[in-house]
Amino acid sequence: MANYSTNEFRSGLKILMDGDPCTIVENEFVKPGKGQAFNRVKIRNLKTGRVVDKTFKSGESVEAADVLETEMQYLYEDGEFWHFMVADTFEQYAADAKAIGDSAKWLKEQDMCQVTLWNNAPILVAPPNFVVLEVTETDPGVRGDTAQGGVKPATLSTGAVVRVPLFLEIGDVIKVDTRSGEYVSRVKD
Amino acid sequence: MAAVTAQTDWRPGADLRTLRLRAELLRRVRHFFERRDVLEVQTPALSRAATTDPHIHSMATAAGPGQPRFLHTSPELAMKRLLAAGVGDIYQVCPVFRCEESGALHNPEFSMLEYYRVGMDHHDLMRDVADLISAATAGWLRLGEPHFVPYGEAFSDHAGCDPFHDDAATIAAAIAARGVDIPDSIKTDGDALIDLAMATLVSPQLGRGRLSFVYDFPLQQAALARSRPGDPPVAERFEAFIDGLELANGFHELLDPVEQRRRFDADLERRRRLGLPQVAVDERFLAALEAGMPACAGVALGLDRLLMLIAGAKTLGEVLAFGWEKV
Repeated sequence: MANYSTNEFRSGLKILMDGDPCTIVENEFVKPGKGQAFNRVKIRNLKTGRVVDKTFKSGESVEAADVLETEMQYLYEDGEFWHFMVADTFEQYAADAKAIGDSAKWLKEQDMCQVTLWNNAPILVAPPNFVVLEVTETDPGVRGDTAQGGVKPATLSTGAVVRVPLFLEIGDVIKVDTRSGEYVSRVKD
Repeated sequence: MAAVTAQTDWRPGADLRTLRLRAELLRRVRHFFERRDVLEVQTPALSRAATTDPHIHSMATAAGPGQPRFLHTSPELAMKRLLAAGVGDIYQVCPVFRCEESGALHNPEFSMLEYYRVGMDHHDLMRDVADLISAATAGWLRLGEPHFVPYGEAFSDHAGCDPFHDDAATIAAAIAARGVDIPDSIKTDGDALIDLAMATLVSPQLGRGRLSFVYDFPLQQAALARSRPGDPPVAERFEAFIDGLELANGFHELLDPVEQRRRFDADLERRRRLGLPQVAVDERFLAALEAGMPACAGVALGLDRLLMLIAGAKTLGEVLAFGWEKV
């Protein structure tokens, strides 16, 4: 397995820490004038999403993680696994609930997702930044009711619940930003 | 027109305003020394000897087959040979080179101002450096009165431990309590722990809105400074900071050739233990000390970092015509 020296540290580099695949978010080189140099690094654990601060003595090495981020099409869910396909090669991958995490509520068949593979197995699935989904459940809006800032909850076809403007009705199709979980606009056919 | 890629990005990192600020800064520095009768000198960037300091790595090159040379990491030893020759007060502005030092605040090639004042001790020189900074930054930086703090006090204030008396475990606990991760490889290495605390906890707090000097260092960090007996014994060395940025390092210079050779040997021994290359000790410098160097204090100041502060830049890449990523 390959190693990276601290000299090669840069954001985006994939390394193995305590057995987990991680990505370097930020790398800072510090050195007192006449003393030992260090790299202070912010590292995101790709399995848990947690970001931790680590210090390395400059010149030390860490193991590289065999991590690949690939664009894949979401196919279907079979109750246990979510299935994805690389469009060019038709290669298929099955992601478990742990890898899917909160992304499950945004997944619509045929949407393109960012799948992170570690040792060729999915560990993380990121939905598209924007998804277009149908409203399946919401209270009828009352014009002029601004008691809640003019919004109400709406359940979407994937099960996600977002806050939408009062004028929206069941059957409307809307665009949502999956990063914030916020309503963006109504989509007209 | 071809697209500009990382490989063909020919444009400078510093803007025109910053290039002009650098020229004006150099003018002010030269003017300061001219008025104080300090002579500008130039010494070679190439040397047969490399630095013995285990934490500084010289770049190797060659003038031809069988003629290996090292790029200087500081003009210190050559300038001290001039001092021993009786030249008097001297200064030099030159590029220096250090391997594996690269980051927002480090560039492997950087501009150093090195100067020596005969008859001064480190306290006199700190005040002289304060005058220099004040003259060099007039109208550009608004700084409070210079501040002077012993190393031990700065450490207890900001790292909550005593670098002179505490053992490695105590220092490690103080660092960890302040939220800094400690690499496993240095958990029992007191010297490295002190360096980590200095870099992450102490220096960022120094020189807030003013020039701060830290002085009287632990003996193991004496480098080329005189030691002074006492409780604790200290090295007569100082560092200067503005807004947490280390700008200068100075010594009340060691004159004793026997002690100097002992320190070089200790460096080489440390290098051996760390698996670092052995290097040739600068015998011409030691011979100059034996011949006799006048009592003096000397300091090295990072001009690029000073320019960063003046220009309000966050990285050296913004004040260098072409930083490390652009050469």
